[in-house]
Amino acid sequence: MTAPKSTPALELRDLSVAYRTGGVELPVLRGVSFAIAPGETYGLVGESGCGKSTAAFAALRALARNGAISGGRVLVDGQDITNLDPAGLRQLRLSKVSMVYQDPGRALNPSMTVGRQIAEVYEAAGTRRADALARAEAMLAKVRIPGTGRVMTAFPHQLSGGMQQRVVIAMALAKNPTLLVLDEPTTGLDATVEAEVLDLIVALKGEFATSVLFISHNLAIIERMCDRIGVLYAGSLVEEGPGAELLSRPLHPYTMRLLRCLPAAGRRKSDGRLDTIPGFLPPLGSIQTGCVFAPRCDFADAVCRTVAPPPVRIGGQTARCHHIDLATTLRRAGPEAAVPAPPTVSSDARPALQVDGVSKTFRVGPHALRAVSDVSLTLLTGETLGLVGESGSGKTTLARLLLGLTAPDAGGTIELDGQKVAGQAKRRSRADQKALQIVFQNPDSALNRSHTVRHLIERSLSRLAGLFGHKRAERLAALVSAVRLTDRHLPMRPRQLSGGLKQRVAIARAFAGDPRVVICDEPTSALDVSVQAAILNLLAELQGGAGVSYVFISHDLGVVRYLSDRIAVLYLGRIMEIGPAEDVFNGPHHPYTEALLSAVPDLADRHRGDKRIRLSGEMPSPLAPPPGCVFNSRCPRKMGAICETEEPTMHTDTGHAIRCHLPQDALGRRGGPPPPERAASRSHAAVPA
Amino acid sequence: MTATSLAAADGGLPPAAAAHADPAAEPFATAPSRAARLLRSPSFMVGAVIVLFWVFCAVFGPLVVPHDPYGDDLLNTLAPPSAAHWFGTDQIGRDIFSRVIVGARPILSVAPLATLVATVAGTTLGLLTGYVGGWLDSLIGRLIEVLLALPLIVVALLVLVALGPSSSTVIGVIGIIFTPLIARTVRSAVLSERSLDYVSAAELRGEGALHIMFVEILPNVLPPILVETTVRLGYAIFTVASLSFLGFGIQPPSADWGLAISENYGMMTGGYWWTVSFAAAATASLVVGVNLVADGVQAVFE
Repeated sequence: MTAPKSTPALELRDLSVAYRTGGVELPVLRGVSFAIAPGETYGLVGESGCGKSTAAFAALRALARNGAISGGRVLVDGQDITNLDPAGLRQLRLSKVSMVYQDPGRALNPSMTVGRQIAEVYEAAGTRRADALARAEAMLAKVRIPGTGRVMTAFPHQLSGGMQQRVVIAMALAKNPTLLVLDEPTTGLDATVEAEVLDLIVALKGEFATSVLFISHNLAIIERMCDRIGVLYAGSLVEEGPGAELLSRPLHPYTMRLLRCLPAAGRRKSDGRLDTIPGFLPPLGSIQTGCVFAPRCDFADAVCRTVAPPPVRIGGQTARCHHIDLATTLRRAGPEAAVPAPPTVSSDARPALQVDGVSKTFRVGPHALRAVSDVSLTLLTGETLGLVGESGSGKTTLARLLLGLTAPDAGGTIELDGQKVAGQAKRRSRADQKALQIVFQNPDSALNRSHTVRHLIERSLSRLAGLFGHKRAERLAALVSAVRLTDRHLPMRPRQLSGGLKQRVAIARAFAGDPRVVICDEPTSALDVSVQAAILNLLAELQGGAGVSYVFISHDLGVVRYLSDRIAVLYLGRIMEIGPAEDVFNGPHHPYTEALLSAVPDLADRHRGDKRIRLSGEMPSPLAPPPGCVFNSRCPRKMGAICETEEPTMHTDTGHAIRCHLPQDALGRRGGPPPPERAASRSHAAVPA
Repeated sequence: MTATSLAAADGGLPPAAAAHADPAAEPFATAPSRAARLLRSPSFMVGAVIVLFWVFCAVFGPLVVPHDPYGDDLLNTLAPPSAAHWFGTDQIGRDIFSRVIVGARPILSVAPLATLVATVAGTTLGLLTGYVGGWLDSLIGRLIEVLLALPLIVVALLVLVALGPSSSTVIGVIGIIFTPLIARTVRSAVLSERSLDYVSAAELRGEGALHIMFVEILPNVLPPILVETTVRLGYAIFTVASLSFLGFGIQPPSADWGLAISENYGMMTGGYWWTVSFAAAATASLVVGVNLVADGVQAVFE
């Protein structure tokens, strides 16, 4: 079956894995088969809980203590490792397979220097200590770490997240493995850092000729990185095939629906609702017969519920579906015409929130950390302002300032409907408190796990809306149905709800007092794609009904674009650009915005190729921001000395303001020419457009 | 686009919604509750049986004992264990078996009350220092450290000497001595809760500090408080017995175990082992029983 020359680096044959909890076997993977050819990158996608990581651990025979391979075989480089003894397993992990985990901070030993940790890999393979250290340093250079000598003696916590992940990749590649498993390697990283790490993986793959199993929930990243893609759903591989074909012509209804949940590039809330996948991921092992997707599938019939679909091969693609012929006709989730488009912001809308010159300085020992610096913005009634920026840019601090959870520095003002509000929430009047509410990023943290859904919402109704008795009960019923919860959710506690439902409770709570402004702090980043779409739909709908304004914080530019009327881009606590969403996206835009947009892989924008802009270096410490323009240390369009000495002012003449010395026509725009190489821009004073 | 179709987008309970397989064929739906896990823990069950035995003795002891535990029998002093007196008799002929059974009452009223005092005071202090923080935290934190640095029994003795021995003084003293330990545990649990967003959400609703501490945070820190309380109860029993032995705790003619050991340990050298051994064994078994319960609780709640 396998020719000797092309033995797959990894082959799973009808692999089943089960976990034992409380005396019960839970099947996590069922009959998964795929093979990764030498030098190939194989992507495994799926939503959380579908078995991606289990597949990775099974490939390394590193399952958790209560997990076991219950059927099928795992072959690495032609060797059957399903029943390998501990000595053989050690040999396998020593030389043939390695893994890169999601969180590099936890994958590295905090009490060992980076150099020692990498050297260990060589020493385990029998290299002498001095040689091992030298080879470790050479390996660091290969993962493009500048100043390898310094990094060798550094401890992991002294490195940034991106650098840590490079070190983990260096360790993984040190033994020149046949198979490299990457489990969500960039999920915890910022967009610009993520782009760099992905570039690095692509480059290293060429140098090391390693086969890669790449696991991610992000379809765009998978599309960019992988030759072949497998789609996992509820422990079954529902579809697999060559990357480009699978994503442009998916065969399985699940793949198709998953792709449609993403806000496509340029799609706006006024264009209508996003598609969702009705129903839920079935609990482990609940579906014993038939197709795992049948309960949520439009085409499911009696056959689907009783007979497990056989793999059907079309071209290079394989899908497990009884109705492959129907898949291409998959209709949208809801009739679009029936959806009232949210009203666009009327031209005479009054400002709901006005922020003028607000700053926040934290004291870190003897130093002053300026987390938010002189931010001014206006939010109209019914408008959504998107807040974008990398971690450490001050997005969350700004949100906390607006809410009054953090007191601002003296000087700035926050006005609500023209009335100045107190800096701290506890000093604010009840009217101000109920007017400014928040939906937090993580509903597990935001909802008190000891309280029932009923208590959580009722308490807000009493405190914020001042309602009691049957008036409160009426309002509760209205609110619960507005966020698409039902009465049977009321007596439940948060842990009994799925992530999406929890977020709905949090949204209901924020809307209890008819707020003027709701701050949404990454409300969908903890959710799966299909649930994210449902929550975005809900937010858009509530806004249309209540005329509420949103400050929408997100690192996902597609999501921000879908929901936002205007967008503000933050860097080191300063607004670098603010303007109507379309103008910010299409340009002319600030060089930082340009880099951010360029860093994000986009499914709809396949052929951008090498036009990507990569920011050099890391975000400077907010303790010591660069003089002049704070972005000058990384700016690909830096003009020259003026950028280092003078802080640019905002061009505020139009509705679209940019904090840059460059004239409008020299700024980048969508589809426009990329900035010149950084080395060239340094030697010349000005860069002509 | 009805409400129900939208609710289905991610609505409903996961187990109830999707499965088309027979719901009865889902044996794995929920993890066993904490109570069920406690009942399956061998150490908890053994400990609970021991503790419940002594609780029974404390409550019903006087009704079931074969002899009057306080009645002397001067013709039958220091009799070794026999059919008539299973554990023998003491210096003035009192039945030791009856005294051991009845002796559970003083220790099982004083020690739990002392632990309760410490739990209430310690939880309040822990919530205050953990939630309010700032100078209050620094001040109370220093006081707690000072209290923890003092040797427990010595402080208790000094207070009892000053105030005179009585059950209520013992409860108060042990309560105060154990308060800092519980406060410290509660404070660290509160600190990790305070950083969660539900506390911010409560502040944004304009909730007062008392509501946030006792309604929002307290229910979430109950498990560590429960664990700490059961552990402390074991120590409290030991401390009460020690104080009685030293003569500053429960006073004669009570049948208290510590007191019994104190009154009779001089007789050991004469070969009258039964006057001391049974009271000592009773104390030990109660402490061991409480500690086994604490182990079980700790394993389930932490």
